[in-house]
Amino acid sequence: MMPLNELYQEIILDHYRQPRGRGELEPPKITQEGFNPSCGDEIILDLRVRDGRIEAVRFHGRGCSISQASASMLTEAVQGKTLAEAHALIQQVLGLVKGETDGDIDSLGDLAALAGVRQFPVRVKCATLAWHTLEEALKQVS
Amino acid sequence: MTTTFRIDAGEIRRQFPFFQPHPEMRSVVYLDNAATTQKPYAVIEAVSNFWAHHNANVHRGGHGAGARASEMYEAARTRVAQFLNAREPAEIVFTRGTTEAINLVASSWGEAFIRAGDEIIVTEMEHHANLLPWMRLAEKQGAQLKVWRITDDGRLNLDELDRLLTERTRLVAVSHISNVLGTVNPVGEICRRAHAAGALCLVDAAQSVAHMPVDVQAIDCDFLAFSGHKAYGPTGIGVLYARRALLEATPPYHVGGGMVQTVRWERLVWAEPPAKFEAGTPPIGEAIGLHAALDFIDSIGREAIEQYEHELTQYALSRLQEVPDLRLYGPAPDRASIFAFTLGDIHPHDIATVLDTRDVAIRSGLHCAHPLGERLGGSTARASLAIYNDAQHIDALIDALHETRRVFGKTRA
Repeated sequence: MMPLNELYQEIILDHYRQPRGRGELEPPKITQEGFNPSCGDEIILDLRVRDGRIEAVRFHGRGCSISQASASMLTEAVQGKTLAEAHALIQQVLGLVKGETDGDIDSLGDLAALAGVRQFPVRVKCATLAWHTLEEALKQVS
Repeated sequence: MTTTFRIDAGEIRRQFPFFQPHPEMRSVVYLDNAATTQKPYAVIEAVSNFWAHHNANVHRGGHGAGARASEMYEAARTRVAQFLNAREPAEIVFTRGTTEAINLVASSWGEAFIRAGDEIIVTEMEHHANLLPWMRLAEKQGAQLKVWRITDDGRLNLDELDRLLTERTRLVAVSHISNVLGTVNPVGEICRRAHAAGALCLVDAAQSVAHMPVDVQAIDCDFLAFSGHKAYGPTGIGVLYARRALLEATPPYHVGGGMVQTVRWERLVWAEPPAKFEAGTPPIGEAIGLHAALDFIDSIGREAIEQYEHELTQYALSRLQEVPDLRLYGPAPDRASIFAFTLGDIHPHDIATVLDTRDVAIRSGLHCAHPLGERLGGSTARASLAIYNDAQHIDALIDALHETRRVFGKTRA
């Protein structure tokens, strides 16, 4: 049997049940929608960037536990980060989830739990949705 | 479980390599048959035999192998015509699948015969294959797309059709069985009412041909489409049935080799149907595989299949009711063996993953029917049965659903 408890780690279920950073920002803000057409998962990210730093971030949308927990963790992780730090974190998380790199797992905190997705190839897209959405959102920063 | 079915699903599974032990694959309870069915040895061997011993192009070669390949390909067409009770093999066009068959009708027939202001009726329960071609056609031609809404229990109300039909209606496009709700639509009556209003009727039979008798003359449809791979046959082969007069009036779809009579710089004469719609080298081995698949279906008998799957459906309905918080979509008890459901607030994708770890294969998501998904409130999990499934498979599904609730903390440990 596949290691179900590695996918649904308590940290993941906790973020799913009690999402952090859920909601919307008042303008001015950057809004980016991410959608997975095969399963219907949807993440809408609101960002406020000031002086090259992510000052505030919120998400809303609907989807499975993995997609929503990943978005919840994202809001905690990128809050206050510079754009360069956010870009680096995106690459680190995508690499971790896809099993390409182990990265510096210890520095990732709750995000390290997303590594459990690796053994469930059909769920990788769920975990990466929020991070690809952030990647798109950052392209809007002039 | 004491009900005895006349069909021995275990015996049928023995005809499928997928259900035999394999060193690298876990044995699974396969409940994703609305996506694709498994293939019996007979189909795999028919395809393999063609590639191994009879491979040649059709309608071209100046040699015996080419003649034999042409014979086998045309025999498949004759078999499909017989299977659907078409009037003649020329009413059968081979395509890559249901999607291509409907695109063919929308592009070739639609662009020739649908004018600005004309109306096309589609139902709210259509798969994208029988929806997007009509949305695009309507946009291109300036025609109006009218949506036939479903009832809350997932049916089509015929009075609603009467309200939608006008003298400008050119086509009603409807699925025989919904790939999400399992609704079996009264396509014969729908065609009758469409015809009475002067419209044509296209039936998407992708979910029905392997599960019940389908007779195009009894339904009296103008077009009907299905895919080989959902009927125990190969991928890459599908069928468009159309009345001969319609095929003759309809311009070609793709143009190229094999679909033309005369090619001069100043003049083109298309071949007669069905060749007119089969440009390029067709999926020959796949058509031969489809022939074997239809033989497999008829070796069991479509009435027997329909009855067996109906009984299995009743068992599934009763057992699904036992699962707390499970909400089943679509009508009951009179329905096909496709079950879309949600389980409280557990996301369908999570349900599918937990079931996967219990070796129960289902699908989750929007099932290529986004407008219907929107109506139902989002994603659903879907289990869909075929002739090799049995009551033990339903039991495994139910056990795994209870397990899913445990994983998500919906029961005390």
